[in-house]
Amino acid sequence: MTDSRTKERRLAGGASAHWLGVAPFFIFAFLFLIAPTMYLLIGAFQDSAGQFTLKNFYDLSQPSIVAAYKISIQISVTSAALGALFGFFIAHAIVSGAMPGWVRAFVTTFSGVASNFAGIPLAFAFLATLGRLGLVTVLLRDLFGISLYGTGFNLLSFWGLTLTYLYFQIPLMVLILTPALDGLKKEWREASAILGASTRQYWTMIALPILWPSILGAAILLFANAFGAIATAYALTGSSLNIITILLYAQIRGDVLHNPNLGYALALGMVAITSASNFAYLWLRARADRWVKA
Amino acid sequence: MNRPRLQSWIVMGLASLYFLVPLIATFEFSLRLKRGEYSFEAYRIVFADARFQESFLFSASLAVATIVLLTLLVVPTAYWVQLRLPKLRPLVEFITLLPLVIPAIVLVFGYLNLYSSASWLPLTATPMATNILLTCGYCTLALPYMYRSVDTGLRAIDVRTLTEAAESLGAGWATILFRVILPNLTSAILSGAFLTFAVVIGEFTIASLLNRPAFGPYLQLVGANRAYEPAALAIIAFLVTWACMGLIQLIGAARTRAMTAPVEIP
Repeated sequence: MTDSRTKERRLAGGASAHWLGVAPFFIFAFLFLIAPTMYLLIGAFQDSAGQFTLKNFYDLSQPSIVAAYKISIQISVTSAALGALFGFFIAHAIVSGAMPGWVRAFVTTFSGVASNFAGIPLAFAFLATLGRLGLVTVLLRDLFGISLYGTGFNLLSFWGLTLTYLYFQIPLMVLILTPALDGLKKEWREASAILGASTRQYWTMIALPILWPSILGAAILLFANAFGAIATAYALTGSSLNIITILLYAQIRGDVLHNPNLGYALALGMVAITSASNFAYLWLRARADRWVKA
Repeated sequence: MNRPRLQSWIVMGLASLYFLVPLIATFEFSLRLKRGEYSFEAYRIVFADARFQESFLFSASLAVATIVLLTLLVVPTAYWVQLRLPKLRPLVEFITLLPLVIPAIVLVFGYLNLYSSASWLPLTATPMATNILLTCGYCTLALPYMYRSVDTGLRAIDVRTLTEAAESLGAGWATILFRVILPNLTSAILSGAFLTFAVVIGEFTIASLLNRPAFGPYLQLVGANRAYEPAALAIIAFLVTWACMGLIQLIGAARTRAMTAPVEIP
């Protein structure tokens, strides 16, 4: 009793010192995370004279901005969906595909590397592969007589960028989903088999209902990952593909919208979309964890 | 039981095709600089380029500065939250997740306005001040990874007992933090550090918009002007990333071994 009371007193006496311990972190977060975002938030609701207005958000509806948001969302959704699909198959293969142990170790390490191998070098790699002089383009032409660019394919396009993004999206999915698949208990499968369920029934009636919050949650994370990306697209297409991050980059560089406050609204729109997707992710994570704990 | 196995190998085969072909193609492309023969000429040109050395060194120095600053920010915070202020945990965790919500390009847009040379804190006024701002920006990018790594490390050690033992021996808070807690977190910090290095070394958006001569903007410049050197740079960047991830795995394996090693009784 006495012991715990002295401890309590000591802890209470040092309360201000405890706050001092976390103060640098909160000051840092305010200066470099919260204040810059608040600045854009306030600016988005002001006109050039500093008066309150909603006009900036109305102006977001001009065709070039809507088109940029639209193509960004399309690329992010497509690369997230395909990344989730292929990532699921790979994760499933290494978790329950009766593969040798080294395959799993290698895939995990490679996924760690590839999910971080984004940005400009990734664009270079795909230009060397599927660009007009890339190895695959040249081999298809010389060996099979197929003109890749003759079929309408272009690396500097929607599908080209999506294909490139998959190089970091699929590994990220593998990394996120492997623990969830590890959580599927062997007994569930055996129990369903004893009760006469087919493999198909096991997946549609047992495994997928348990897994879907994890899969969907991971896909949402992949969406946000692609949505905020700029370097790969910039190095790949220059400014020829009008995605939202490239438009914002041009706005920051040279006020191409001729209205700084509209630029703030543009940035705020991006934050709104990533916030919404992250809240959806957290909600799904909470649902998924119910099963992992059980 | 053979069917799932066959399916798995087919999946692996297709995945290898997608993931290895670009690497092979990039490597092959990087060797084609001299007409009619394979050579490492593109690599020689890249390594001899003064701007390559300068920008790589610049980014590597920034990465080290980021790791040091981030460690000093994250370790005390995670320690205090774990031991004294558990009520703050949800708030601190929320803040560490913010960089995943706010894209880097939006953050730097805020920095340019908030810290312009006419503002109260003109962090974009001089090159040195801008370097500091860039380092702080990189700290926010790496914050989610470093915090999670350190937090996991802290949960694995008995923080309360270590602290009380140190206190009863008369240690002050600085001694506890730097000579008791920090050494116990070495592997967790190193894991976070190598990931931070991999993120910072090729970062383009913030460095480019703050106009600093970092490796990312250099890569972009070479990509816009040269043919074969970018492929060589992509291979170099891939190897740097691989080295960082490999070191993280080595550290993780050493940590697991240390924890599960049987105690030897002499």
